[in-house]
Amino acid sequence: MSVTLFAALSSLVIFAVIIELIRRGRLRERYALLWLGTATVILVFGLWRDGLNELADALGIAYPPNALFALAMAFVLLLLLHYSTVISTLSDRTTTLTQRIAILEERIRELEGDTRPLLRDVSRPPGPGGK
Amino acid sequence: MIEPVEDTIVSRLSGVRRIAIVPALNEAETVASVVSEIRSFDPDFEVVVVDDGSTDDTAERALEAGAKVLRLPLNLGIGAAMQAGYLYALERGFDIAVQVDGDGQHDPRELGRILEPMLDGRADMVIGTRFAGARTYRAPIARSMGIRLFAAIVSLRVRQRMTDTTSGFRAVNRRGIHVFAGQYPHDYPEVETVVTAVRGGLRIAEVPVEMRLRSAGRSSITNVGSVYYVLKVLLALFIGLLPQGKVVKR
Repeated sequence: MSVTLFAALSSLVIFAVIIELIRRGRLRERYALLWLGTATVILVFGLWRDGLNELADALGIAYPPNALFALAMAFVLLLLLHYSTVISTLSDRTTTLTQRIAILEERIRELEGDTRPLLRDVSRPPGPGGK
Repeated sequence: MIEPVEDTIVSRLSGVRRIAIVPALNEAETVASVVSEIRSFDPDFEVVVVDDGSTDDTAERALEAGAKVLRLPLNLGIGAAMQAGYLYALERGFDIAVQVDGDGQHDPRELGRILEPMLDGRADMVIGTRFAGARTYRAPIARSMGIRLFAAIVSLRVRQRMTDTTSGFRAVNRRGIHVFAGQYPHDYPEVETVVTAVRGGLRIAEVPVEMRLRSAGRSSITNVGSVYYVLKVLLALFIGLLPQGKVVKR
C-alpha cells in the first residue's frame, strides 16, 4: 500500500468520523471545520501526486510523502494551539461563574436572614471537627 | 489601648464605607482571630472572607466570627478569590477595600499606616512593604532575591520605585476596586497586580509595615511551585511591556 493511498484512506476515515460526530451532536461545527480542513488537505495532496511533488520541491523535502506528514503535523499543531485557547476561555468562564455563585449565595443568606451553618458540599467529606 | 495615630485614622474613616477582603484556604485555625483583629482595629470595617474551596471549617469559623463569607464552590486560586472579593465590594458600593491574608501574617493594627496615604488623597492603592524603611523582616536569601528581582522589573515598568511587589497587604480606593473587579491576574497575582493597577491609572504608594510569622499554614510558594512562579511572573511582566491588547470580555 503506497503512502499516498494510505493518506487518502485515513483522511476519508477522518471525514466519516467527523461527520458522524456532528450528526450525533457530539462535536460543534466550529471545531469540526478545523478537522475537516486538515482531512481535506491530506486527501488532496494524498491523491494529487504532482502537487505533492511540487510542494516537496518548494520546501526542499527530498522524499515527497514526508511533505504530506509535515503538512499534517503543522495542522495538528494548529489544532492543539486552538484547543489551548479554548481551554483558557473555558477556565475563565468557570472562574466567572464560580465567583458569581459565591456572591449570589451570600446574597441569598443575607436576604433570608439565614443564620444556619453553611451548607456543605455533599461530595466533600467533613473536615476535622466538621459538622 | 489605642495609639493616637490609629485613633485619628479611624475617626477620619467615619462615613467611608470600608471592607476588608480576607482570602482564605484551609485557615480554620486562624481566620476567626484575623476577623476579630480587624474588627478591634475598627468595628465598622465590613469583613468578607473569601473561602477558596477549603476542605476544613474555614467558612464556618469566619461566619461565627461575624464576617460575611463568599464560599467559592471550587478552588480557583488566590487571584480569582481576590477578584470575587473585589466584585463583592464593587457591587455593594464600598469606598475602600483592604486585603488581609487569612493566615494571620498581616497584622490588622498596621491598617492605619496603610490607609493613611489614601485618606490623604495621595494614592489610589497602598502596598504594605516589608522592606522600605528600617523594618525587621528577613526573608530566606533565595526568596529575598526573588522579591527584589520582581521589584526591580516592576519598578522599571511602572516608572516608580517599588520595594516589595509580592506583599499581599494592600488597600485600594473605589477606583482601585473598580480596576481589580474588572481584571485580576490569576495564579501568584501580587506582582502583576501592580502593573494592572498602573495600567488602570491608579497611583500607588508603599508604606513600611511589620509582618508576623504565619501562625499556621505555610507559604503557598513551594520549591517546585517557585520555579513556575518565577517563570510565570516574568512572562506576565514581559507581556505587560507590550502594548495593551484589546481585552475581550468572555
